Amino acid sequence: MASVTLETRENRRAWGFVTPALLWTVAFFVIPFLVMAAISLATRKGRDIVMTFNLDNYITFFEKAHLLKGLFVSLEITFTVTIISVILAYPLAWIIAERVPQKWQRMALIMAILPFWTSYVVRSYSWLLVLAKNGVINNALLHIGLIAEPLELASTRTATVIGFVHFFVMLLTLTIYANLVQMPPNYRRAAADLGANGFQVFWHVILPLTLPGIMVGAFLTFVLCIGDYITPQILGGNNELALPQVIMLQLGRRADFPMAATLSIILMVVVTLAYIACARWLKMERT
Amino acid sequence: MFRHVATGKTRNKLLGGAATFLLGAIAVANSAQATEELNALVWCDHTDPALIEPFEKKYDVKVNLKEYEGTGAGLSIIEQSRPGDWDVFVIDGVDVHRAVEMDLLAEIPADALPTSDIFPEVVMAENNVVDGKIYAVTEKFGYNTISFDKTKVDPKDMEDMSVIWSDKYAGRIAVYDYYLPVIGLVGLGLGIDTADLGADDMDAIKEKLFAMKKVSKQVGEVVSSQTALATGEVDILVGGGEWITAVLSEDKPDLDWVIPKQGGLRWAQSIGVMKESAKPDLALKFVQYILSPEGQARLATSSCYWGMPANAKAGDNLTAAQKAALRWDDQPGYLKNSQLYPIPDADLDAQMQDAWVEMLQQ
Repeated sequence: MASVTLETRENRRAWGFVTPALLWTVAFFVIPFLVMAAISLATRKGRDIVMTFNLDNYITFFEKAHLLKGLFVSLEITFTVTIISVILAYPLAWIIAERVPQKWQRMALIMAILPFWTSYVVRSYSWLLVLAKNGVINNALLHIGLIAEPLELASTRTATVIGFVHFFVMLLTLTIYANLVQMPPNYRRAAADLGANGFQVFWHVILPLTLPGIMVGAFLTFVLCIGDYITPQILGGNNELALPQVIMLQLGRRADFPMAATLSIILMVVVTLAYIACARWLKMERT
Repeated sequence: MFRHVATGKTRNKLLGGAATFLLGAIAVANSAQATEELNALVWCDHTDPALIEPFEKKYDVKVNLKEYEGTGAGLSIIEQSRPGDWDVFVIDGVDVHRAVEMDLLAEIPADALPTSDIFPEVVMAENNVVDGKIYAVTEKFGYNTISFDKTKVDPKDMEDMSVIWSDKYAGRIAVYDYYLPVIGLVGLGLGIDTADLGADDMDAIKEKLFAMKKVSKQVGEVVSSQTALATGEVDILVGGGEWITAVLSEDKPDLDWVIPKQGGLRWAQSIGVMKESAKPDLALKFVQYILSPEGQARLATSSCYWGMPANAKAGDNLTAAQKAALRWDDQPGYLKNSQLYPIPDADLDAQMQDAWVEMLQQ
């Protein structure tokens, strides 16, 4: 009986700790989400919003190619950015964790994440200047005679991807580095003792053990990249629209809150599916 | 012990000094604090301190400015605000009726406005007056047409609207990201007056919009369009005009603009008092200040963008160089060869916006 009372008391205490966070989540996530879901079922008639509660906006999204394309553009950019960022971040994290002396590792990490300290918008505009027709890259290439005419880099998808990769390589470097430094060196020694060469040690021991770090970083990259408005807006030159840009057009130009809510819900569904896939994979890895 | 006493004295001195400083700071803050506040929802040209500060000083008021771009965005802000939050509203001239329909604007007494000083062509009662009542007044106007770098393109080519979808300058064209004026310009290029533009014309317009997108390098808002033209990233800006080039006239004298033979679009921004304003008198004073010759000259040469003042008397407050950049003396011809923005109904507006997004996704 005494143990039950103790358990109850412990439960109450636990609820006491959890309740503020729960209330916060309900107030600032669950309720706004439900409101947004309800608005997505309304319809814009002329210049009025009518609470019709139908799926017209969702049907319109799949019927109108220019809206649907927003999702595909977002997915293509996001997958490209995630893959390139992982490929670039892994060696960087490896070098910092394995090759840089321990006393310099902190400094190396700070250097790696230094660009985080500048404003996101400023960083995007800076890339625009770097990639412009008369920017640093084109001027350098023209100067050394590698190209005769300036390359079209700014206001392209390439520019958007470069801007994103610059940011997300830092993020992925941190998550992969955290994984690498936690790995006991004995695993590698044991594999080497059993006759594995350097590549085999990496492929069969290190890479599988660092996959959770890669997956977590890749998921964060996916979520932040697919929902980002600023980078494609500044660097993409409006030459194609990612889904967040299409959402902003509905709000800024048309005041079409129902369609904006619909597109936001679709974006959330995509992110949720990515999360489920990532979580399932991590769970499978553990079992 | 001595040290303690000394430290105590020092502490007392420090505390006393801090208290004096604090009281002084409060007194200064109080004296600097305006007695009233006015909230204005405006376009970026109104955020220039050179325009706002004289009004603030004269009426001992703090003007809180919220900048927006595009009527949809402005109306969204109002929809998300409480009644009475906003006192003054600057709005695209063609959208005044929309704001009146939404019961947002208060009537302005005719005798409170310098209507006789305003260029007759931009009084635009069809925009600002509903059922005989004045709800807004034109404060600034200009043209959406073609801006270009005259050292990099043949200025003669710019006199024909078809240049915006021809291959001659492919990859060297930027498009201003505002569907109404650009669709209007494309319509003019096809020989359709903005007043006659209807749903039946949309297929032809879409075809030319897509052709224009194919040869353009970017579609951007004000800052990125201006930057692209100024930095040489592009040589032509569709939808530009004096509002893009005049502000750069000193630093970039090679930038120019022209109204093609098919005509250009005339933009006009209006200012009105919000119906739910708790300070309608002060709001009206602000409108009157903006329409005064001094206010008009400052607004015309705002650091965000330049444009022609609606009040003809503003010319007395502008320098010769400023007037030259605004093409003050050419206005009669420009006014004659320009048309107002299309004023689509809700359905046509939706079609135009769909066409615009389709173009962006090409």
